[in-house]
Amino acid sequence: MSGPQDPTGAEIVIRALKDHGVRHIFGYPGGAVLPIYDALFQDEGIEHVLVRHEQGATHAAEGYARSTGKPGVVLVTSGPGATNAVTGLTDALMDSIPLVCITGQVPTHLIGMDAFQEADTVGITRPCTKHNWLVRDVRDLPRIMHEAFYIATTGRPGPVVIDIPKDVQFKRGPYVGPSNIKHKTYQPRVKGDLKKIEQAVEMIAAAKRPVFYTGGGVINSGPLASQLLREFVRMTGYPITSTLMGLGAYPASDKQWLGMLGMHGTYEANLAMHGCDLMIAVGSRFDDRVTGRIDAFSPNSKKIHIDIDPSSINKTVRVDLGIVGDCAFVLEDMIRLWKAKLLKPDRSALSAWNMQIDGWRARNCLAYKPSADVIKPQYAVERLYELTKGRDTYISTEVGQHQMWAAQFYRFEEPKRWMTSGGLGTMGYGLPAAVGIQVAHPGSLVIDIAGEASVQMTMQELSTAVQYDLPIKIFILNNKYMGMVRQWQQLLHGGRYSHSYSEALPDFVKLAEAYGAVGIRATNPAELDDKIKDMIDVNRPVLFDCVVDQNENCFPMIPSGAAHNEMILGDAATDPTVSEAGKVLV
Amino acid sequence: MPNQPGSAYFLVDTKEKEIRTTLSVLVDNEAGVLARVIGLFSGRGYNIESLTVAEVDHLDHTSRITIVTSGTPEVLEQIRHQLERLVPVHKVVDLSTEKPGIEREMALIKVAGAGEKRVEAMRLSEVFRARIIDTTHSSFVFELTGTQQKIDAFVDLMKPLGLVEVSRTGVVAISRGAEAM
Ligand SMILES: Cc1ncc(C[n+]2csc(CCOP(=O)(O)OP(=O)(O)O)c2C)c(N)n1
Ligand SMILES: [Mg+2]
Repeated sequence: MSGPQDPTGAEIVIRALKDHGVRHIFGYPGGAVLPIYDALFQDEGIEHVLVRHEQGATHAAEGYARSTGKPGVVLVTSGPGATNAVTGLTDALMDSIPLVCITGQVPTHLIGMDAFQEADTVGITRPCTKHNWLVRDVRDLPRIMHEAFYIATTGRPGPVVIDIPKDVQFKRGPYVGPSNIKHKTYQPRVKGDLKKIEQAVEMIAAAKRPVFYTGGGVINSGPLASQLLREFVRMTGYPITSTLMGLGAYPASDKQWLGMLGMHGTYEANLAMHGCDLMIAVGSRFDDRVTGRIDAFSPNSKKIHIDIDPSSINKTVRVDLGIVGDCAFVLEDMIRLWKAKLLKPDRSALSAWNMQIDGWRARNCLAYKPSADVIKPQYAVERLYELTKGRDTYISTEVGQHQMWAAQFYRFEEPKRWMTSGGLGTMGYGLPAAVGIQVAHPGSLVIDIAGEASVQMTMQELSTAVQYDLPIKIFILNNKYMGMVRQWQQLLHGGRYSHSYSEALPDFVKLAEAYGAVGIRATNPAELDDKIKDMIDVNRPVLFDCVVDQNENCFPMIPSGAAHNEMILGDAATDPTVSEAGKVLV
Repeated sequence: MPNQPGSAYFLVDTKEKEIRTTLSVLVDNEAGVLARVIGLFSGRGYNIESLTVAEVDHLDHTSRITIVTSGTPEVLEQIRHQLERLVPVHKVVDLSTEKPGIEREMALIKVAGAGEKRVEAMRLSEVFRARIIDTTHSSFVFELTGTQQKIDAFVDLMKPLGLVEVSRTGVVAISRGAEAM
C-alpha cells in the first residue's frame, strides 16, 4: 500500500543513504537518474562530487572507502554510465573495497526493448560485484538499499550495484528504516574456530624459522586488526612481511619488518618466505604476484592461513591449518591464548633465523645507482617520503614501475594511508582515488604517485579537483615509457620495445594550467627538493612533472613464474659472498 | 589452478586425476540466481556435466539446483566454497563425497520404425521399464527414469532401431536416510 505522503523511490534512496551515514557521493547525471538528482538537489546533508567520467567516480569512491573504512557511494546513469563504472567495480571486487553503486535504468516497461541508453546492467555487473539487484518494485527498494550496505561492508567487503528503473524512482512507497538488517542466506562468519586457533598458537610457539605474511585483509578489518597484529608480532618477536595491499598494517620503521614481498618485494622478505618453517598468513590470499611459481613456493614450511573468505583458503596454495574469521577476532583470540598458555618463542632458534635474515638484508636489495644529473625515480620517491613523512599524508598510485617504487621507497607507518590498485592493476586509479581521499580528508596531504601513461587515462578528474578545491598532488614519475611494459620487453621479449614509448606527451605544466591547477616541473636532482616543497606548500591541485631516468628498471624482480629464490637483483645490490649464496639456496 | 605456475611464460601440463561429483545447491529463487551459478562456473572455468533446477518450496521461494561437475579434489573444494559465497545460496551439499546420495534422470525418447525393429524397441523398453507415453503406427515416445548410465544404455540400444530424438532432464539427486540436506 502506498499513499500520497509516501516518499518517491528517489527520496527513498536519499533517505536510506542518510540512514547509513553517507555524507558524500561521487556521480554523474543522465536521463535515467534524473529523479534521484532531483531529490539530491532538494536535500541538504549529502554532498555530491561531480566527476568527469564514471570510472573516476568509482575510483574516487574506492579512495574514499579505503582511507576511511566507510563504504564509498557512486551514482551513475543507465547504459554508458553503468558500463563506464565497470572497471572501478571490478577493481573494488579484486581488492575487497566496499562500494555501493546506484545505477539508473530505463523504465520497467522498456526493459528488454533496446531502449535508448538501455544496457543489461545487472547482467554486465554480475561477475564484477559481490551482489547486485534490479529493483522492479518501489516497495522492495528500502530493503534492498539496506541489504546493499550490509553486504558491501560485512564479511569480505566488496562492491554492490543497485539498478533502479526510472519509473521506480518516481513511484511512491513506504520507507522502512535499516534497523536490525539480517539476511536469510548471507551470514559471514567473524569468529574463528577456537580449537584451530589453539592449535595455531602452539604451532607458532614451536616454530624455528617463522614469518608473518599479512595482507589487505588486515587493513580491511579495521584499525583494531592492525593494532592487534602489532601486538602479537611483537610478543613473538617474529619477522613480518606484507603484500602490496597490506602496507601500513605494520610500521615500516620497525626492526621486525622485512619490507614488502612478491614480484618486486625485498630479497629478505622473499627469501624468508622461501626458507621459513612456519608461515602465518593473515588476511592475505596467496596471489600469483606474491607466490611466484606455485610448485616452488615456500617448499618446506607449514602454513597457517587466517581469512574471512573460506574460498581463499586452499585456493592456490594448500595450507596445513585454515582459520575462517575476521583477522581482528582471530588475532585477539591468539593473543589471549598465547598469554594464557604462557607460550614463548624459541629464542635460540629465532636468533639464528634473524641472523640469516640479516645476511639477506645486507644485500641491500633496493640499492640503485645514484646520479647527479638525472633524477632517478627511486630517488624521487625517497625525497618525497623524506619531505612529507612528518605530515598527515595519504598516498595513492597508478600502475607500473612508479607504483612499485612507491611501495618500496615510501614507508608506511599506519594503515589506510596507502591506496593502490593491487588485484586488477588499473592504470588510471590513482588520480580519481586521490580526489576521493581528499574529499574524505580535506586538511590532509594527498599525493598520487603516478606514471605519465597511467595518469592520462583519468587525467580529466583534475578538473573535478579544481572544481571542489581539492588540493591533491599528482606526482608524475615521467619516464616517457610505459616503464613496466618496457622492462618486461627488455627482460622477457628480447628488447623489442613494441608500442611502449609515448611519442607524444602533453606538456604537463601547461596542461595543469589549462585545467586551472598548478604545474611544476623538475628535471634535475639538485632542484628536486625545492620543487617538492613548492608542491606541498601550494594549497591547490598540483600536477608535478618529475622527469626521471627513462631506462631505469624496478628491482628486485621475480620474473613471473619463477620461484622466490630465483630473484633478479639490480646492479647496485651488494654481491653475495659464497657462503651467502649457499644460504640463498635453502 | 593448483600446482600450475602463476605465469604464461613457464607453462607445464599437470595431469591430476579428475573426479566426478554431484552437488545439491539450495538457493533463494530470486531473479538471476541461475545466471549467478552458471556465470560462476563459466567465469572460473569449471565443468558442468549436467544442471537441473526447479523451485522446491513455493512458500519460501527456494529452489534446488543439482549440478554434476568434475575436477581435481582441490577444484571441487573451490567450487563448493565459491558457490557458498553467492549471496542467495543457502547451502551446498556434495552428494558424492559428503553424504551418499541417489541420482536419477528422466528422458523422453522418440523412436520411429516398423516391423521387426518396432517390436524389438518395445521389447527392450519393457526390459528397461520404460513407459510408452505416446504412440502412432510408426513411432513411440518412451519415458524412462534411472541413472545416467541406464539412460545412455537405452538410448544406445535404440540407435539401430530408429532413434529420432532424445530429451533429458539432467540429474536430480537426494541424500539417503532420514535427514534433509
Ligand atoms: C588499464 C590498463 N591498461 C594496461 C595495463 C598494462 N600496463 C601495466 S603497467 C603499464 C605501463 C604504465 O606506464 P606508466 O603509467 O608510465 O608507469 P611506469 O611503469 O612508466 O612507471 C601498462 C600499460 C594496465 N595495467 N592497466
Ligand atoms: Mg612511464
